Amino acid sequence: MIWLDTIVQGILLGGLYALFAAGLSLVFGIMRLVNLAHGDLIIFAAFAILLIVGSTGLNPFLAALLAAPVMFAVGWALQAFVLNRVLGRDILPPLLVTFGLSVALQNGLLEAFSADSQRIRAGALESASIDLGPVTVGVMPLLTFASAVGAIFLLNRLFYTTALGRAFRATSDDAVTASLMGINPRSVFAIATGLAMVIVTLAALYLGMRSNFDPSIGPARLIYAFEAVIIGGLGSLWGTLLGGAIIGVAQTIGAQINPEWQILAGHIAFLVVLLIRPRGLFPRAVD
Amino acid sequence: MTDVLTLSHVTKSFGALKVTDDVSFAVAKGQALGIIGPNGAGKSTLFNLITGNFLPDGGTVTFLGRDVTRTPAMARVRMGVGRSFQIPQPFEGLTVFENLLTAGAYGRGLREAEVEADCIAILRDTGLLDRANQLAGSLSLLDRKRLELARAMATGPELLLLDEIAGGLTEGECQVLVATIRGLHAKGVTIIWIEHVLHALTSVVERLLVLDFGRVIGIGAPAEIMASKEVREIYLGMDV
Repeated sequence: MIWLDTIVQGILLGGLYALFAAGLSLVFGIMRLVNLAHGDLIIFAAFAILLIVGSTGLNPFLAALLAAPVMFAVGWALQAFVLNRVLGRDILPPLLVTFGLSVALQNGLLEAFSADSQRIRAGALESASIDLGPVTVGVMPLLTFASAVGAIFLLNRLFYTTALGRAFRATSDDAVTASLMGINPRSVFAIATGLAMVIVTLAALYLGMRSNFDPSIGPARLIYAFEAVIIGGLGSLWGTLLGGAIIGVAQTIGAQINPEWQILAGHIAFLVVLLIRPRGLFPRAVD
Repeated sequence: MTDVLTLSHVTKSFGALKVTDDVSFAVAKGQALGIIGPNGAGKSTLFNLITGNFLPDGGTVTFLGRDVTRTPAMARVRMGVGRSFQIPQPFEGLTVFENLLTAGAYGRGLREAEVEADCIAILRDTGLLDRANQLAGSLSLLDRKRLELARAMATGPELLLLDEIAGGLTEGECQVLVATIRGLHAKGVTIIWIEHVLHALTSVVERLLVLDFGRVIGIGAPAEIMASKEVREIYLGMDV
């Protein structure tokens, strides 16, 4: 029974990694931009939620609801005023700019909030659990996973059933041709990054409630997000969820064997998938 | 008769090479103009200047009475400049219908629901109705060319620019496409058409413009142009 429990916990943990990864996957899928500051933006959003909770005493979920439009605006502005200027045939400038942004965010957060470990308090929810017979699952991991499934479901709906989604896909296919059909690629990119930041806010909410965070942990979240995206296959959001679950299960199994192996086991699972399926499990993007 | 498009002394250089050299012409509403000229004469560049993908170094482009010389490409689409590409560039990850829907909604600044019926009519006109839900990436060459035409039509153009749309097709396929274009022209769409397949071109257009080294070396009725000694020498490479 202990193994069943380990696997279930791992899958639920994968929901958190999928949330980390979904925004990264969205931005990469539409504009082939790798945002190296993605992890730091998650931490930035976590501090924003913490700040709202601290100053208003609101429930963290409501605080995240308030933070989401602000983060959308941050993402929109970041894309419109910074990233759109460096996007082009050369992939190096956007990498350098987002790397610089990563360093600046970490140090800015350090300056504003110090290196102290923080946590978003969620009261009784933190320890609540449901007994499902053979396994007992925490309400928080369950909510995280459900949110990841919900977010990915809604993103897919957006992509395949709305005008904006078709514009996303058309621009992703060929931005120049899209502009000759009346689509403004720069505006599409800005909306996409804004949307990615809304998912980042959701990821930040669960990260902040489930574990301690401080300004320096962004890059490690970026790595988990990357691994989930690549295991799943670039461009496939459901693949990203599976990628997150694979890393999660590997980590919980690793931890079961020896607590020190938790992180390592996740990375090894990533390497194994890369060895067997270098393009990920459900590759969609052509390049 | 009003002019839909007027180019006046338009010039464009890439480095030292003048690819468009003092080009002036006008296209009246409802007219079809064919553009011919050897490879590298600057035909596609001329289209890029009309759509706004390139900005000219000199001269003016007037569309529907408004100076659009500096207007960006996507704004010109909304004003009514529709274009098909020489090498079909469908959005491969979208279905045929989605390609049209996107072009229709964004190209005309309307909601998808408002352009749906038009898109279906265009699919019928271009013979793509039974391919509507197929991914554009899986189409044959003829269907890709039809999609180019259909998608350009979906943007609701006052002026339709066709770039070698008959190129690479078999004779039968070519006739199918020409019939479609003739149908659109009969409905009053103004057309500028670059084409190497001369008989396809001359069966539709009222006037021909000949381009060589970026310059206009002749413009007039097709029969008159094809009979001109200069054109025959330069374009057709015939000794006369």
